[in-house]
Amino acid sequence: MGPRLPLMLKDAGLTAFVAAALGIFIVGFRTVDQGGGKGLGFDYHLVDLVVAVFVIFIGRLGLSMAANGLRWPAIVLGVAMIVAGASPMKLPSGFLHWFVALGGVLLVIRAIWPWASDAMGVAARTPSGVALGKAGTKWFGWLLLAAAVLMPFTPLADQKTMDLGVLILTYVMLGWGLNIVVGLAGLLDLGYVAFYAVGAYAYALLSTHYGLGFWTVLPLAGMMAALFGIVLGFPVLRLRGDYLAIVTLGFGEIIRLVLLNWFDLTNGPAGIGSIPGPTLFGAVFAETPPPGKQTVSEMLGIAFDGNHRLIFLYYIILGLALITNLFTQRMRRLPVGRAWEALREDETACQALGINPTNTKLTAFAIGAMFAGFAGSFFAAKQRFISPESFVFIESAIILAIVVLGGMGSQIGVVLAAVLLIGLPEWFRDLGSYRMLAFGLAMVLIMVFKPRGLISHREPSIRLHPAGSGGGG
Amino acid sequence: MTAPPSAGPLIEVEHLTMRFGGLVAIDDVSFTARSQAITAVIGPNGAGKTTVFNCITGFYKPTIGRLTLRSAGREFLLERMRGHEIGQKARVARTFQNIRLFSGMTVLENLMVAQHNKLMRASGWSLLGLVGAAGFQRAEAASVELARLWLERIGLVADADRPAGELPYGAQRRLEIARAMCTEPVLLCLDEPAAGLNPRESAELNQLLVSIRDRDGIGVLLIEHDMSVVMNISDHIVVLDYGRKIAEGAPVAVRNDPAVIRAYLGTDEEALDA
Ligand SMILES: Nc1ncnc2c1ncn2[C@@H]1O[C@H](COP(=O)(O)OP(=O)(O)OP(=O)(O)O)[C@@H](O)[C@H]1O
Ligand SMILES: [Mg+2]
Repeated sequence: MGPRLPLMLKDAGLTAFVAAALGIFIVGFRTVDQGGGKGLGFDYHLVDLVVAVFVIFIGRLGLSMAANGLRWPAIVLGVAMIVAGASPMKLPSGFLHWFVALGGVLLVIRAIWPWASDAMGVAARTPSGVALGKAGTKWFGWLLLAAAVLMPFTPLADQKTMDLGVLILTYVMLGWGLNIVVGLAGLLDLGYVAFYAVGAYAYALLSTHYGLGFWTVLPLAGMMAALFGIVLGFPVLRLRGDYLAIVTLGFGEIIRLVLLNWFDLTNGPAGIGSIPGPTLFGAVFAETPPPGKQTVSEMLGIAFDGNHRLIFLYYIILGLALITNLFTQRMRRLPVGRAWEALREDETACQALGINPTNTKLTAFAIGAMFAGFAGSFFAAKQRFISPESFVFIESAIILAIVVLGGMGSQIGVVLAAVLLIGLPEWFRDLGSYRMLAFGLAMVLIMVFKPRGLISHREPSIRLHPAGSGGGG
Repeated sequence: MTAPPSAGPLIEVEHLTMRFGGLVAIDDVSFTARSQAITAVIGPNGAGKTTVFNCITGFYKPTIGRLTLRSAGREFLLERMRGHEIGQKARVARTFQNIRLFSGMTVLENLMVAQHNKLMRASGWSLLGLVGAAGFQRAEAASVELARLWLERIGLVADADRPAGELPYGAQRRLEIARAMCTEPVLLCLDEPAAGLNPRESAELNQLLVSIRDRDGIGVLLIEHDMSVVMNISDHIVVLDYGRKIAEGAPVAVRNDPAVIRAYLGTDEEALDA
């Protein structure tokens, strides 16, 4: 390792120092109410801080070793961290155990990654590897779909998993919707949640005030969101790149503030409650029917079970998500879809070819908004209560993260990223508020190992030579 | 394909002036270009050639001047049209000095995007396309056929399904021309198409341009530094220097024009003899 070791040690020391300087205020001490009128006092967590800073030092050292090709020392450090984290040794907090162990896992992965990816690259180039890869990409989507359709019938399907399934599918649908705007048309939209909110409030208001059912409002909510997309999009879609991002961010906030302050219409921060759920052929999911209605269990002649409603919701969102996907796939093969991708690649060239950039972007924006509107009314019908709280910027950011990390424009990538980013933090719920770390960790991992997203392969929208016939590959 | 040579000019540039703040990039330039002819625009670096193209194709709004395009009995005042309408309605196509392909999309897709407006109409603004109407499928097949025709002419049929960005440089230049031609233009503006080509590729390009003039019968405006290309294939030459037109005429006349020789003296005297 020779002369590089001192440099690495210095770098790790610097990192540890920065961590200590930041951590001393965040982790180091906490103000606590001492009770009995004694006011506020300090509660010190300096041991936590010292352990964390030490782990960061070791971790950083390991990372630079791995980056410099010193694979084995890095692996040893990583394994040591895993052992320390998983051992019954008493660290000051449960979180630190996770922190140390996950850090170790990360380090080991980083150290063996070049090996693994080389080996995979070699394997993928052998004839059987090529065939396997082709079959994999072809069947993987269908396998995922089959798993999603059958999930409610497996023993896995307790209430918790079903809830999580509905949540993940909602984000998959939003991801697919935003994928049209960001992945295909290349418009960085940071306010996507606004259209989700429009759909949700459209259903909440129309159902509570006018008694309209879910299936009637669903298309209306989609159209309303699309209309919003056009109205908001028209003046701003001339902007490029960062400017567009900032303006859409602003619009997202404006919609939320309007929802918050237009008390007469939206009931402000208190939100709208008693939103009816979706019905099945007019029958409601409830133990006792509301006046003039029939319950589903009565209609089908089966015993009431609270899970039926959840299963029904699951299939609705699965259906809506699949519609989004099929629609997008189809649009991508039409002239308008190709123009979206062309705009993403080079707007100037598009203009020279006689393509109207504003109109083309507007269709992408409106269609993306429409699917957010659908998802929004589903959300309102599922929650039965909505308030502006549900439509904050972080939601837009999560959906965008799903699209970017999935691999811009890739449909399967969105599914994988949604499972990772939504599923992982839910599974790690035991970590309490630290579970957002799992979210962050997932993002960092993807960006480090797959900088162009989980799935960066792009399938041509049209071919001259049938796929696989050679013709230049 | 070859229509009788039209009487008047295809495009008429009158008193074109373009100022950027205090800088006068083009100063009162007038010239015309005919259909079925290659009109070269030459001049030293920074003479204003690309700026003329940007005015014609709607990327810049001229400070002063009139740009009239006459084709099929219609008249278009280009300086009044919005950027994309010049391609869509007046049917002026162009290539760029720095290649601008859709590099992540395949070669064929690049040529399909060029036929966007035609295909949009055929797909009923996507509604007919979504239901897979027969009319749209026929139109799409016809567009693929046109694309294939051009791929044959530029020798890239085998590469049709490769990402355009993966092609070698010379092939990208040819593809950009084919893409412009797939818009079925009446005027094609080429900004230094031979830049960076080796002699063999350059000769192929000459043939391609001549065939576009003779077979497709459209007007070609050509910016080019390579004098072998210019003198061999152009019918008419416009020479710019510091934003002004200093000479215009047939290749032989321009080559011997004292003003042109002076403009090129010191920069690249030999170039004119090529
Ligand atoms: N958008 C612009 N803003 C300011 N100045 C510009 C702009 N576009 C061109 N110019 C200036 O106008 C002049 C002419 O530029 P132009 O690109 O038309 O030259 P050119 O003849 O194409 O040169 P080259 O052979 O190097 O391509 C230059 O001085 C250039 O700096
Ligand atoms: Mg130029």
